[in-house]
Amino acid sequence: MTSGHPDQPFVIGGRTFASRLIVGTGKYRTNGEMVAAIRASAAEMVTVAVRRVDLDRSREEGILHHLDPAEFFLLPNTAGCYTVDDALRYARLGRAAGLNEWVKLEVIGDERTLLPDTAATLEAAAELVADGFKVMAYTNDDLVTALRLEDAGCVSVMPLASPIGSGLGVVNPYYIREIKRRLTVPVIVDAGVGTASDACVTMEQGVDGVLMNTAIAAASDPVGMALAMRLGVQAGREAFLAGRMPAREIAVPSSPAAGMLDRETP
Amino acid sequence: MRSSGERGVNEGGEAASAATGRVSIVLNGERRVVGSGLSVAGLLRKLGLEPGMVVVERNRAILARDTLGTVPVEDGDRFELVHFVGGG
Repeated sequence: MTSGHPDQPFVIGGRTFASRLIVGTGKYRTNGEMVAAIRASAAEMVTVAVRRVDLDRSREEGILHHLDPAEFFLLPNTAGCYTVDDALRYARLGRAAGLNEWVKLEVIGDERTLLPDTAATLEAAAELVADGFKVMAYTNDDLVTALRLEDAGCVSVMPLASPIGSGLGVVNPYYIREIKRRLTVPVIVDAGVGTASDACVTMEQGVDGVLMNTAIAAASDPVGMALAMRLGVQAGREAFLAGRMPAREIAVPSSPAAGMLDRETP
Repeated sequence: MRSSGERGVNEGGEAASAATGRVSIVLNGERRVVGSGLSVAGLLRKLGLEPGMVVVERNRAILARDTLGTVPVEDGDRFELVHFVGGG
Protein backbone atom coordinates (compact mmCIF):
# COMPACT_ATOMS: atom_id res chain seq x y z
CA MET A 1 0.00 0.00 0.00
CA THR A 2 1.31 3.49 -0.79
CA SER A 3 2.35 5.71 2.05
CA GLY A 4 1.58 9.41 1.81
CA HIS A 5 4.28 10.60 4.16
CA PRO A 6 7.77 9.29 4.72
CA ASP A 7 7.67 7.73 8.18
CA GLN A 8 10.40 6.99 10.66
CA PRO A 9 11.19 3.30 11.05
CA PHE A 10 9.51 1.75 14.09
CA VAL A 11 12.45 0.88 16.33
CA ILE A 12 12.17 -0.62 19.81
CA GLY A 13 15.27 -1.47 21.80
CA GLY A 14 17.46 -1.28 18.71
CA ARG A 15 15.29 -3.62 16.62
CA THR A 16 13.21 -2.36 13.69
CA PHE A 17 9.67 -3.70 13.32
CA ALA A 18 7.72 -3.75 10.09
CA SER A 19 4.33 -3.00 11.68
CA ARG A 20 3.19 -0.53 14.33
CA LEU A 21 0.47 -2.98 15.29
CA ILE A 22 1.37 -5.56 17.95
CA VAL A 23 -1.12 -8.32 18.64
CA GLY A 24 -1.80 -10.88 21.35
CA THR A 25 -2.55 -14.57 20.88
CA GLY A 26 -5.12 -15.19 23.63
CA LYS A 27 -8.83 -16.03 23.48
CA TYR A 28 -9.01 -17.33 19.91
CA ARG A 29 -11.50 -20.10 19.21
CA THR A 30 -8.90 -22.19 17.37
CA ASN A 31 -5.18 -22.02 16.72
CA GLY A 32 -5.84 -21.91 12.99
CA GLU A 33 -8.02 -18.84 13.40
CA MET A 34 -5.36 -17.21 15.56
CA VAL A 35 -2.63 -17.69 12.97
CA ALA A 36 -4.89 -16.50 10.12
CA ALA A 37 -5.87 -13.39 12.10
CA ILE A 38 -2.28 -12.54 13.00
CA ARG A 39 -1.25 -12.86 9.37
CA ALA A 40 -4.16 -10.62 8.32
CA SER A 41 -3.09 -8.03 10.90
CA ALA A 42 0.42 -7.98 9.35
CA ALA A 43 1.81 -7.64 12.89
CA GLU A 44 5.39 -8.74 13.38
CA MET A 45 5.56 -8.60 17.17
CA VAL A 46 3.19 -11.04 18.87
CA THR A 47 2.68 -11.53 22.61
CA VAL A 48 2.51 -14.89 24.39
CA ALA A 49 1.92 -15.96 28.00
CA VAL A 50 3.84 -18.40 30.22
CA ARG A 51 1.69 -21.08 31.81
CA ARG A 52 1.92 -24.62 33.18
CA VAL A 53 1.94 -27.47 30.72
CA ASP A 54 -1.32 -29.40 31.10
CA LEU A 55 -0.02 -32.81 32.19
CA ASP A 56 -3.36 -34.56 31.82
CA ARG A 57 -3.45 -33.64 28.16
CA SER A 58 0.26 -33.71 27.51
CA ARG A 59 -0.27 -34.07 23.78
CA GLU A 60 -1.85 -30.63 23.79
CA GLU A 61 0.59 -28.40 22.04
CA GLY A 62 2.11 -25.17 23.21
CA ILE A 63 1.80 -22.14 20.99
CA LEU A 64 5.25 -22.68 19.48
CA HIS A 65 3.72 -25.52 17.49
CA HIS A 66 1.57 -22.95 15.70
CA LEU A 67 3.65 -19.76 15.61
CA ASP A 68 7.06 -19.93 13.97
CA PRO A 69 9.54 -17.70 15.82
CA ALA A 70 11.21 -17.15 12.44
CA GLU A 71 7.99 -15.57 11.11
CA PHE A 72 6.93 -13.62 14.20
CA PHE A 73 8.82 -11.88 16.99
CA LEU A 74 7.36 -13.51 20.10
CA LEU A 75 7.15 -11.28 23.15
CA PRO A 76 6.61 -13.20 26.42
CA ASN A 77 4.38 -11.39 28.93
CA THR A 78 3.94 -11.51 32.69
CA ALA A 79 0.15 -11.33 32.49
CA GLY A 80 -1.65 -12.52 35.60
CA CYS A 81 1.16 -11.48 37.96
CA TYR A 82 0.19 -9.40 41.00
CA THR A 83 3.58 -9.13 42.75
CA VAL A 84 7.11 -8.11 41.83
CA ASP A 85 8.40 -11.61 42.64
CA ASP A 86 5.84 -13.31 40.40
CA ALA A 87 6.57 -10.94 37.54
CA LEU A 88 10.32 -11.60 37.83
CA ARG A 89 9.70 -15.34 37.98
CA TYR A 90 7.47 -15.41 34.89
CA ALA A 91 9.81 -13.10 32.97
CA ARG A 92 12.78 -15.37 33.67
CA LEU A 93 10.82 -18.50 32.73
CA GLY A 94 9.88 -16.81 29.46
CA ARG A 95 13.49 -15.91 28.75
CA ALA A 96 14.60 -19.48 29.54
CA ALA A 97 12.54 -20.67 26.57
CA GLY A 98 15.46 -19.31 24.60
CA LEU A 99 13.75 -17.03 22.07
CA ASN A 100 14.91 -13.61 23.22
CA GLU A 101 15.54 -11.46 26.28
CA TRP A 102 12.45 -9.29 25.87
CA VAL A 103 9.45 -9.11 28.18
CA LYS A 104 6.11 -7.38 28.22
CA LEU A 105 5.98 -6.50 31.91
CA GLU A 106 2.58 -6.43 33.55
CA VAL A 107 2.07 -6.24 37.29
CA ILE A 108 -1.64 -6.04 38.03
CA GLY A 109 -2.90 -4.22 41.11
CA ASP A 110 -6.66 -4.71 41.01
CA GLU A 111 -8.71 -7.70 39.90
CA ARG A 112 -11.85 -5.86 38.83
CA THR A 113 -10.19 -3.29 36.58
CA LEU A 114 -6.89 -5.11 35.92
CA LEU A 115 -5.27 -1.71 36.39
CA PRO A 116 -1.52 -1.92 36.92
CA ASP A 117 0.26 -1.70 40.26
CA THR A 118 2.54 1.09 39.11
CA ALA A 119 4.85 1.00 42.14
CA ALA A 120 5.39 -2.74 41.72
CA THR A 121 5.79 -2.31 37.95
CA LEU A 122 8.57 0.25 38.52
CA GLU A 123 10.36 -2.02 40.98
CA ALA A 124 10.09 -5.06 38.70
CA ALA A 125 11.18 -3.02 35.66
CA ALA A 126 14.37 -1.86 37.42
CA GLU A 127 15.22 -5.43 38.45
CA LEU A 128 14.61 -6.86 35.00
CA VAL A 129 16.61 -4.14 33.25
CA ALA A 130 19.50 -4.84 35.65
CA ASP A 131 19.14 -8.53 34.77
CA GLY A 132 19.59 -7.80 31.06
CA PHE A 133 15.98 -7.79 29.88
CA LYS A 134 14.53 -5.48 27.29
CA VAL A 135 11.44 -4.38 29.15
CA MET A 136 8.25 -3.12 27.54
CA ALA A 137 6.16 -1.96 30.46
CA TYR A 138 2.37 -1.92 30.58
CA THR A 139 1.26 1.00 32.72
CA ASN A 140 -1.50 3.44 33.47
CA ASP A 141 -1.97 6.62 31.41
CA ASP A 142 0.00 8.47 34.08
CA LEU A 143 2.79 10.74 32.90
CA VAL A 144 4.94 10.59 36.04
CA THR A 145 4.96 6.78 36.12
CA ALA A 146 5.73 6.74 32.40
CA LEU A 147 8.72 9.05 32.96
CA ARG A 148 9.98 6.88 35.82
CA LEU A 149 9.67 3.73 33.70
CA GLU A 150 11.73 5.39 30.98
CA ASP A 151 14.32 6.41 33.60
CA ALA A 152 14.38 2.80 34.82
CA GLY A 153 15.61 1.75 31.39
CA CYS A 154 12.49 0.33 29.73
CA VAL A 155 12.80 0.08 25.94
CA SER A 156 9.14 1.05 25.57
CA VAL A 157 6.44 2.43 27.84
CA MET A 158 2.92 1.15 27.17
CA PRO A 159 0.10 3.16 28.70
CA LEU A 160 -3.40 1.74 28.47
CA ALA A 161 -6.12 3.26 26.31
CA SER A 162 -8.67 1.85 28.79
CA PRO A 163 -8.84 -1.33 30.92
CA ILE A 164 -7.65 -4.64 29.46
CA GLY A 165 -10.36 -6.37 27.44
CA SER A 166 -12.84 -3.48 27.92
CA GLY A 167 -13.00 -2.28 24.31
CA LEU A 168 -13.70 1.26 25.53
CA GLY A 169 -11.11 2.92 23.29
CA VAL A 170 -8.91 5.84 24.34
CA VAL A 171 -10.51 7.34 27.43
CA ASN A 172 -7.85 10.00 27.96
CA PRO A 173 -6.26 11.19 24.73
CA TYR A 174 -4.80 14.25 26.50
CA TYR A 175 -2.69 12.14 28.85
CA ILE A 176 -1.66 9.79 26.05
CA ARG A 177 -0.51 12.76 23.95
CA GLU A 178 1.42 14.28 26.84
CA ILE A 179 3.16 10.96 27.57
CA LYS A 180 4.16 10.74 23.91
CA ARG A 181 5.42 14.34 23.92
CA ARG A 182 7.54 13.84 27.02
CA LEU A 183 9.15 10.42 26.49
CA THR A 184 12.03 9.53 24.23
CA VAL A 185 11.45 5.77 24.10
CA PRO A 186 8.60 4.47 21.92
CA VAL A 187 5.15 4.88 23.44
CA ILE A 188 2.84 2.01 22.56
CA VAL A 189 -0.77 2.12 23.67
CA ASP A 190 -1.58 -1.26 25.18
CA ALA A 191 -5.11 -2.43 26.00
CA GLY A 192 -8.60 -1.05 25.61
CA VAL A 193 -8.97 -0.73 21.85
CA GLY A 194 -12.36 -2.13 20.76
CA THR A 195 -12.64 -1.61 17.03
CA ALA A 196 -10.81 -0.14 14.05
CA SER A 197 -11.86 3.46 14.75
CA ASP A 198 -10.29 3.15 18.23
CA ALA A 199 -7.05 1.96 16.66
CA CYS A 200 -7.18 4.90 14.28
CA VAL A 201 -7.89 7.44 17.03
CA THR A 202 -5.09 5.93 19.11
CA MET A 203 -2.55 6.34 16.33
CA GLU A 204 -3.82 9.87 15.58
CA GLN A 205 -2.51 10.86 19.02
CA GLY A 206 0.98 10.43 17.61
CA VAL A 207 1.99 7.36 19.58
CA ASP A 208 4.47 4.93 18.05
CA GLY A 209 2.31 1.83 18.07
CA VAL A 210 -0.65 0.00 19.51
CA LEU A 211 -1.00 -3.42 21.12
CA MET A 212 -4.29 -5.32 21.19
CA ASN A 213 -5.69 -8.80 21.64
CA THR A 214 -9.35 -9.08 22.61
CA ALA A 215 -10.61 -6.62 19.99
CA ILE A 216 -9.46 -9.01 17.28
CA ALA A 217 -9.92 -12.38 19.01
CA ALA A 218 -13.43 -11.62 20.29
CA ALA A 219 -14.74 -10.19 17.01
CA SER A 220 -17.34 -12.30 15.17
CA ASP A 221 -14.80 -12.61 12.37
CA PRO A 222 -11.31 -12.22 13.84
CA VAL A 223 -9.57 -12.39 10.46
CA GLY A 224 -11.77 -9.59 9.10
CA MET A 225 -11.24 -7.50 12.22
CA ALA A 226 -7.48 -8.07 12.07
CA LEU A 227 -7.45 -6.56 8.58
CA ALA A 228 -9.62 -3.66 9.78
CA MET A 229 -7.19 -3.03 12.65
CA ARG A 230 -4.24 -3.06 10.30
CA LEU A 231 -5.95 -0.44 8.11
CA GLY A 232 -7.10 1.55 11.16
CA VAL A 233 -3.57 1.74 12.54
CA GLN A 234 -2.25 2.73 9.14
CA ALA A 235 -4.96 5.38 8.62
CA GLY A 236 -4.35 6.85 12.07
CA ARG A 237 -0.61 7.01 11.51
CA GLU A 238 -1.03 8.66 8.10
CA ALA A 239 -3.49 11.17 9.55
CA PHE A 240 -1.08 12.03 12.35
CA LEU A 241 1.80 12.52 9.91
CA ALA A 242 -0.41 14.56 7.59
CA GLY A 243 -1.39 16.90 10.42
CA ARG A 244 -5.08 17.39 11.03
CA MET A 245 -6.93 20.71 10.61
CA PRO A 246 -7.76 22.60 13.78
CA ALA A 247 -11.19 21.79 15.22
CA ARG A 248 -13.64 24.72 15.40
CA GLU A 249 -17.03 25.04 16.97
CA ILE A 250 -18.46 27.21 14.17
CA ALA A 251 -18.78 26.50 10.48
CA VAL A 252 -16.36 27.80 7.87
CA PRO A 253 -17.58 27.52 4.27
CA SER A 254 -15.65 25.27 1.94
CA SER A 255 -16.73 27.09 -1.22
CA PRO A 256 -15.79 30.69 -2.07
CA ALA A 257 -18.01 33.41 -0.59
CA ALA A 258 -17.12 35.55 -3.62
CA GLY A 259 -18.77 35.10 -7.03
CA MET A 260 -22.31 34.43 -5.84
CA LEU A 261 -25.06 35.48 -8.33
CA ASP A 262 -27.17 38.66 -8.18
CA ARG A 263 -24.66 40.51 -5.98
CA GLU A 264 -23.77 44.14 -6.82
CA THR A 265 -20.12 45.11 -6.76
CA PRO A 266 -19.84 48.16 -4.42
CA MET B 1 -2.10 -26.80 53.96
CA ARG B 2 0.65 -27.13 51.41
CA SER B 3 3.61 -27.06 53.82
CA SER B 4 2.43 -29.70 56.29
CA GLY B 5 1.42 -32.07 53.48
CA GLU B 6 4.72 -31.53 51.74
CA ARG B 7 6.73 -32.30 54.84
CA GLY B 8 4.81 -35.50 55.45
CA VAL B 9 5.48 -36.67 51.93
CA ASN B 10 9.17 -35.81 52.11
CA GLU B 11 9.74 -37.76 55.30
CA GLY B 12 7.66 -40.71 54.20
CA GLY B 13 9.01 -40.46 50.65
CA GLU B 14 12.66 -40.72 51.59
CA ALA B 15 12.07 -43.89 53.57
CA ALA B 16 9.97 -45.30 50.76
CA SER B 17 12.53 -44.46 48.08
CA ALA B 18 15.28 -46.51 49.72
CA ALA B 19 12.99 -49.51 50.04
CA THR B 20 11.11 -49.39 46.73
CA GLY B 21 13.28 -47.37 44.34
CA ARG B 22 10.55 -44.79 43.94
CA VAL B 23 10.53 -41.07 44.68
CA SER B 24 7.66 -38.75 45.44
CA ILE B 25 7.69 -35.42 43.64
CA VAL B 26 5.29 -32.58 42.93
CA LEU B 27 4.68 -31.83 39.25
CA ASN B 28 2.77 -28.65 38.45
CA GLY B 29 1.15 -28.81 41.85
CA GLU B 30 0.22 -32.49 41.57
CA ARG B 31 1.88 -35.17 43.68
CA ARG B 32 3.38 -38.03 41.65
CA VAL B 33 5.46 -41.08 42.44
CA VAL B 34 8.09 -41.98 39.85
CA GLY B 35 10.97 -44.41 39.63
CA SER B 36 14.22 -43.26 41.25
CA GLY B 37 17.33 -42.64 39.21
CA LEU B 38 15.62 -40.53 36.53
CA SER B 39 17.17 -37.40 35.12
CA VAL B 40 14.92 -34.43 34.47
CA ALA B 41 15.20 -35.11 30.73
CA GLY B 42 14.13 -38.72 31.43
CA LEU B 43 11.15 -37.45 33.43
CA LEU B 44 10.08 -35.21 30.52
CA ARG B 45 10.34 -38.12 28.11
CA LYS B 46 8.18 -40.25 30.42
CA LEU B 47 5.60 -37.46 30.35
CA GLY B 48 5.72 -37.31 26.57
CA LEU B 49 7.12 -33.78 26.55
CA GLU B 50 9.78 -32.47 24.19
CA PRO B 51 12.55 -30.90 26.29
CA GLY B 52 12.94 -28.13 23.69
CA MET B 53 9.30 -27.08 24.10
CA VAL B 54 9.13 -26.68 27.87
CA VAL B 55 10.95 -24.73 30.54
CA VAL B 56 11.64 -26.53 33.79
CA GLU B 57 11.75 -24.93 37.21
CA ARG B 58 13.00 -27.28 39.93
CA ASN B 59 12.61 -26.16 43.53
CA ARG B 60 12.22 -22.57 42.35
CA ALA B 61 15.39 -22.59 40.22
CA ILE B 62 15.16 -22.56 36.43
CA LEU B 63 17.12 -25.40 34.82
CA ALA B 64 19.16 -24.61 31.73
CA ARG B 65 18.20 -26.90 28.83
CA ASP B 66 21.70 -28.35 28.53
CA THR B 67 21.60 -29.55 32.15
CA LEU B 68 18.33 -31.49 31.92
CA GLY B 69 20.12 -34.76 31.11
CA THR B 70 22.35 -34.56 34.18
CA VAL B 71 20.11 -33.09 36.89
CA PRO B 72 18.57 -35.97 38.89
CA VAL B 73 14.96 -36.19 39.99
CA GLU B 74 15.13 -36.46 43.78
CA ASP B 75 12.57 -37.25 46.42
CA GLY B 76 10.60 -34.18 47.45
CA ASP B 77 11.47 -32.17 44.32
CA ARG B 78 8.92 -29.65 43.22
CA PHE B 79 8.76 -29.06 39.49
CA GLU B 80 6.98 -26.46 37.44
CA LEU B 81 6.86 -27.34 33.75
CA VAL B 82 5.78 -24.36 31.65
CA HIS B 83 5.45 -23.38 28.03
CA PHE B 84 4.06 -20.54 25.95
CA VAL B 85 0.32 -20.30 25.48
CA GLY B 86 -1.92 -17.67 23.91
CA GLY B 87 -1.96 -14.36 25.77
CA GLY B 88 -2.15 -10.63 25.29
